[in-house]
Amino acid sequence: MTKRLSGKAALVTGGSHGIGAATAKRLAADGADVAITYSGKKLAADAVVAEIEALGARSFAIRANAAEPAIAADAARRAAERLGGLDILVHNAGVSNFTPLSENTYSTTCRPSTVDGGPDGSRAAADHIRDGGRIIVIGSVSDHTMTTPAGQVCGTIKAAVAGIVRGWARDLGPRNILVNVIQPGLVDTGPDTADPDLTEDLHPLTALGRSAKPEEIANLAGFLASDEASYITGAAIDIDGGKLV
Amino acid sequence: MTKPLSGKAALVTGGSRGIGAAIAKRLAADGADVAITYAGNKDAADTTVGALEALGVRSFALQADAAEPDAAADAIHQAAERFGGLDILVHNAGVANFAPLPEDDFANYRRQFAVNVDGVFAGTRAAADHIRDGGRIIVIGSVNAHTMPTPGGAVYGATKAAVAGLVRGWARDLGPRNILVNVIQPGPVDTDLNPADGDFANVLRPLTALGRYARPEEIANLAAFLASDQASYITGAAIDIDGGLAI
Repeated sequence: MTKRLSGKAALVTGGSHGIGAATAKRLAADGADVAITYSGKKLAADAVVAEIEALGARSFAIRANAAEPAIAADAARRAAERLGGLDILVHNAGVSNFTPLSENTYSTTCRPSTVDGGPDGSRAAADHIRDGGRIIVIGSVSDHTMTTPAGQVCGTIKAAVAGIVRGWARDLGPRNILVNVIQPGLVDTGPDTADPDLTEDLHPLTALGRSAKPEEIANLAGFLASDEASYITGAAIDIDGGKLV
Repeated sequence: MTKPLSGKAALVTGGSRGIGAAIAKRLAADGADVAITYAGNKDAADTTVGALEALGVRSFALQADAAEPDAAADAIHQAAERFGGLDILVHNAGVANFAPLPEDDFANYRRQFAVNVDGVFAGTRAAADHIRDGGRIIVIGSVNAHTMPTPGGAVYGATKAAVAGLVRGWARDLGPRNILVNVIQPGPVDTDLNPADGDFANVLRPLTALGRYARPEEIANLAAFLASDQASYITGAAIDIDGGLAI
């Protein structure tokens, strides 16, 4: 049986762990070849590549810090070159340095990573991505809600990428390239969870009383990447277990 | 191979035509038994039931005007009784009587709220007694809940904003039972209500990023995803599926 992403080529930034790794594996399980980028964790990246190859898909890892626009763009070019084109780009790489306003400086914010790296990666990808492709950005419900102190910058960033997504959806619509942002709430990324105690404290804010597993976010990415999602573009989709309802 | 919704029981209101029929057929193709309600067009409902049975699932049609709270609730009770429970409820029945304010009147306002909001409340209230833990409630709203690109849609948009509000509250109320409640907000969809070659089309089509109307089946794909185990962390969400209309 043909899988729903058979013959597709994907790049997942920040694919060595957490949501990115889960998304990369999900796309591969659905039949896509999947390249990933990582910024520092080579061993983790190699392990994800091995898991993807075990699913029968081609995979490789590219070291690229999403905070460096030229490098992010170069990673998209290299992935497209090695995969013979690109159909699916998942912008997952991101950092969240929650810092109270009084202690904030430009260098401690997440701006360089998620905003600068995103557009340059997509700008480069737009030259390679095939008509009918998909660009999926992993944003956050902090786009429009902020349940803890010290998150103003990250909330701003995620709102910024949601705005960028709306613009790209218009720009790439004529080529039937669909652009959407997935906005997770609490996600249990295991050892990568920034502050496990805080995350657990926030569970009562969700209607479901728990964090998401990374695979649950990956399920939505897999759906948006598929032919099933052919009329969804420019959308910001909350997947937060009812955190901000 | 087991299908994603095998063993599930679903009810789709307004399931005889358009988006509702497409959703009913998609849920059935995914393995669910599917009852539908219809307001007046029995022939269309019977045709849809025939198509559902041909997919190898149980199906039947119930006459129920969503504008009548007792009828809307009774349809839920009947469907749950005949299926021995309920897992998926799709509120699709709706009316859109566009009228610019100077030509609008209270009767038209009440009619749209009766079908689009009262019916959704009455049906969900009844369903809360039947729907199994881990179930799904999906409301078909509209991007008109938050954008209005043509004149005459004030009340229709207000009804769709109202159901989005109900969905957020119900997501909280039913979260402890792991019943997920979401609203799908389509843009222009090619149906009898708003055909792709109709009066609105020349205005709406160029406003979308994709330059076209949706097919009902594209809305049904999203409903099926939300109904499935894949969507296990999505609740209280309002999901635009509008080809980039409201961006």
